[in-house]
Amino acid sequence: MLMYTLKRLLQGVVTVWFIATATFFAMHAVPGNPLTNEKAVSPKIWAELQKRYGLDKPLLEQYGLYIKNMASGDFGVSYTQQNRQVNDIITEHFKVSATLGILAVVFAAFGGILWGALTAMYRNRAPDIVIVFLVILGISVPGFVFAAFGQLSLVKVNDWLGFTLFPVAGWGTVQHMIVPSMVLGLGTMAFLTRLMRSSMLEIVNSDFVRTARSKGLPMTRIFRKHELRNAILPVITVLGPSIAAITTGGFVVELVFAIPGLGRYFVQAVQQLDYTVIMGTTVFYGAFLVFMVIAVDLLYGMVDPRVRLE
Amino acid sequence: MTTNALSFEPVRVEREVETISRPSLSYWQDAWLRLKANTRAIVSLYLVIGLLLFTVFGPWLWQVDSSAQDLDQISAPPGAERAVTVVDEYRPWQGATATPVAGAGGELQAPASLSVAGDATTRAVRLQWSAAPDAGGYRIYRSIFDTAPDGALGLPLGDVLDPTTVSFEDRLDLQPLTYHYSVVTLDDRGREATGYTSVPVEVTRVITAAQAHAKGLIDSADVVRPGDVLKLQMHPLGTDYLGRDMLARLMHGARVSLFIGIVAPFAFVLVGIFYGSVAGFMGGRVDQLLMRFADFVVALPFLLFMILFRILFNVQPGDNSILPMMVAMVVLSWPAVARLVRGQILQIREEGYIGASRLLGAKTNYLVLRHMIPNTMGVILVTLTFAVPSAIFTEAFLSFIGMGVAPPTPSWGSMCNEGLKTMLTTPHELIFPAAFISITVLAFNLLGDGLRDALDARMRATE
Repeated sequence: MLMYTLKRLLQGVVTVWFIATATFFAMHAVPGNPLTNEKAVSPKIWAELQKRYGLDKPLLEQYGLYIKNMASGDFGVSYTQQNRQVNDIITEHFKVSATLGILAVVFAAFGGILWGALTAMYRNRAPDIVIVFLVILGISVPGFVFAAFGQLSLVKVNDWLGFTLFPVAGWGTVQHMIVPSMVLGLGTMAFLTRLMRSSMLEIVNSDFVRTARSKGLPMTRIFRKHELRNAILPVITVLGPSIAAITTGGFVVELVFAIPGLGRYFVQAVQQLDYTVIMGTTVFYGAFLVFMVIAVDLLYGMVDPRVRLE
Repeated sequence: MTTNALSFEPVRVEREVETISRPSLSYWQDAWLRLKANTRAIVSLYLVIGLLLFTVFGPWLWQVDSSAQDLDQISAPPGAERAVTVVDEYRPWQGATATPVAGAGGELQAPASLSVAGDATTRAVRLQWSAAPDAGGYRIYRSIFDTAPDGALGLPLGDVLDPTTVSFEDRLDLQPLTYHYSVVTLDDRGREATGYTSVPVEVTRVITAAQAHAKGLIDSADVVRPGDVLKLQMHPLGTDYLGRDMLARLMHGARVSLFIGIVAPFAFVLVGIFYGSVAGFMGGRVDQLLMRFADFVVALPFLLFMILFRILFNVQPGDNSILPMMVAMVVLSWPAVARLVRGQILQIREEGYIGASRLLGAKTNYLVLRHMIPNTMGVILVTLTFAVPSAIFTEAFLSFIGMGVAPPTPSWGSMCNEGLKTMLTTPHELIFPAAFISITVLAFNLLGDGLRDALDARMRATE
């Protein structure tokens, strides 16, 4: 177990290093450098600028510095925002994104497990048909449409109530968080519901459930102890990739609901071609996702004793 | 048991003990039968075919220029009133004047009355009001909402800074709606008084005979008189915020969206098949190395490479980046397919028929092309069907954040992005492209489910 954990962590570090290297060389393979966007400057100032950002050094030395700084957790200075550290940007805005993402994952996981179990219990009856229809809708509608309609319905609800139950945009209080995280989690919830349904249907017809039933155990106990626990396993497996899906989907929700998260910042940096911010956030996101997937895999080994981690 | 001569009669050979009552089915025939039994999948198949026909033949049947602007019908919902009244040529208006009234001091009052002079048309709305005591001027506002509930007056149209003038002619981008005009009195320093006078004005759509000729609404031989009612050009699904025909844009947008959605998955599935079959067939060290590389590629961030390819292809801000988008999708999406194909090849490699074929002297190329890849075709087809919706989503997402298709080229994603801004007033601009994306993705998802059930016994869902 310990060996496995160490091995996976080492692999994770190598992957992050690969991402960092690939982004670095890809960035520098592009002709020109970020400063060419600036207006005409005298050669002296140009040289000073190059020096300030370390662009006058040979490529390999730049790479060495970049990796060294990154290993000590320093992502450099933003190109478009004077004297602003990329680290500051990440620490300031990632809190928001993480809160939103965690709420969305929790919402998606609980919703998916609940609805999936419900559909399996009411197989081919009204609740099943309605939920399966909603699930298909959830998988087929793009996230930004959900975001737009979510916001639109908020306007209507607030208008109808006569006071602001949930604010339409912005960030800060618990009320701000609820609707965006629900919108963000919706697609994943639909996917998890589908997964939970098929896994639950398999479990319901298995031998150990029949045995439990013939022993005369109460239905609620069978549901909780036998069915739910076993059916949940595949859902946990896809939770890692789901977190990835939710963090990338977060860009749109952050844009639509005007949430000051890292995703919105990243899109902004992309539009302004702010290289250090793009590279810093990319490597940070990459590392976050890689270690999230590792954490979920380790968790899976703990939850399911049949899985041997080696 | 007695033995006699009969016992030594040869047993009559029974011919045709087992006959095959029906011709045997090939793998694909069997899959087709299974698919046909699945109503949802067949309906989706028809939907996909319908969408392709819509994309390919639609622009031939509905020959409206997708970038032509119909300025008489901007943001018109489907089925909007298309009647337009013919009027005379425009004649300038002198306006109305009044002698300034000296007030008794105290607070400035809003004009006592506000009315429309002449007909309110999309060409001009002429307002006139009674002079307010002590007024130094007036400011005119226009709103598409009623001003009464919250006193929001809307768009400031202009100031009249001469107290003798008590009229205003509005010619700013008038639509056939009901507008709420308000007039606020200004003091001699141009500061607003608190009160306002408001009037609702219903604007009718008008056109001059010359304009009607120019737009081709009538033949040059036809004679129209002022007061005649003509019909404007038809837009079955309405127009967008620049007056462009939604149906034509949806058709042209489908060409972009479906092109990306279908070609990009094809390309990366091909790359994946090649990579995966090489890895699977070579095995050992090479396999290990190749698959480790694939693992790394999975971790690469899509958006970053999208930006890089945009720069590499020298795409300026505001240009289309269809090619970089597709290259980025191909470069980053193949590992999933490669892994799948490799797994299949590893299984098939151990099958008896491969050994038999090898014994008969088959070469590696032949083995891979003739036996291995055809046997993974089912899985590949299913992957391809599921890759299409995700590619369409990616296109829509990129166009939505402004990194995909740039105006004026339509795509479903960019149309959603534009429609989002006017979601509250003209929802049809968002609903139609969003519905097309949803229906396409739904159809491909259900078709993928059906294909998976039909083609691959191991992946069959427990439904």
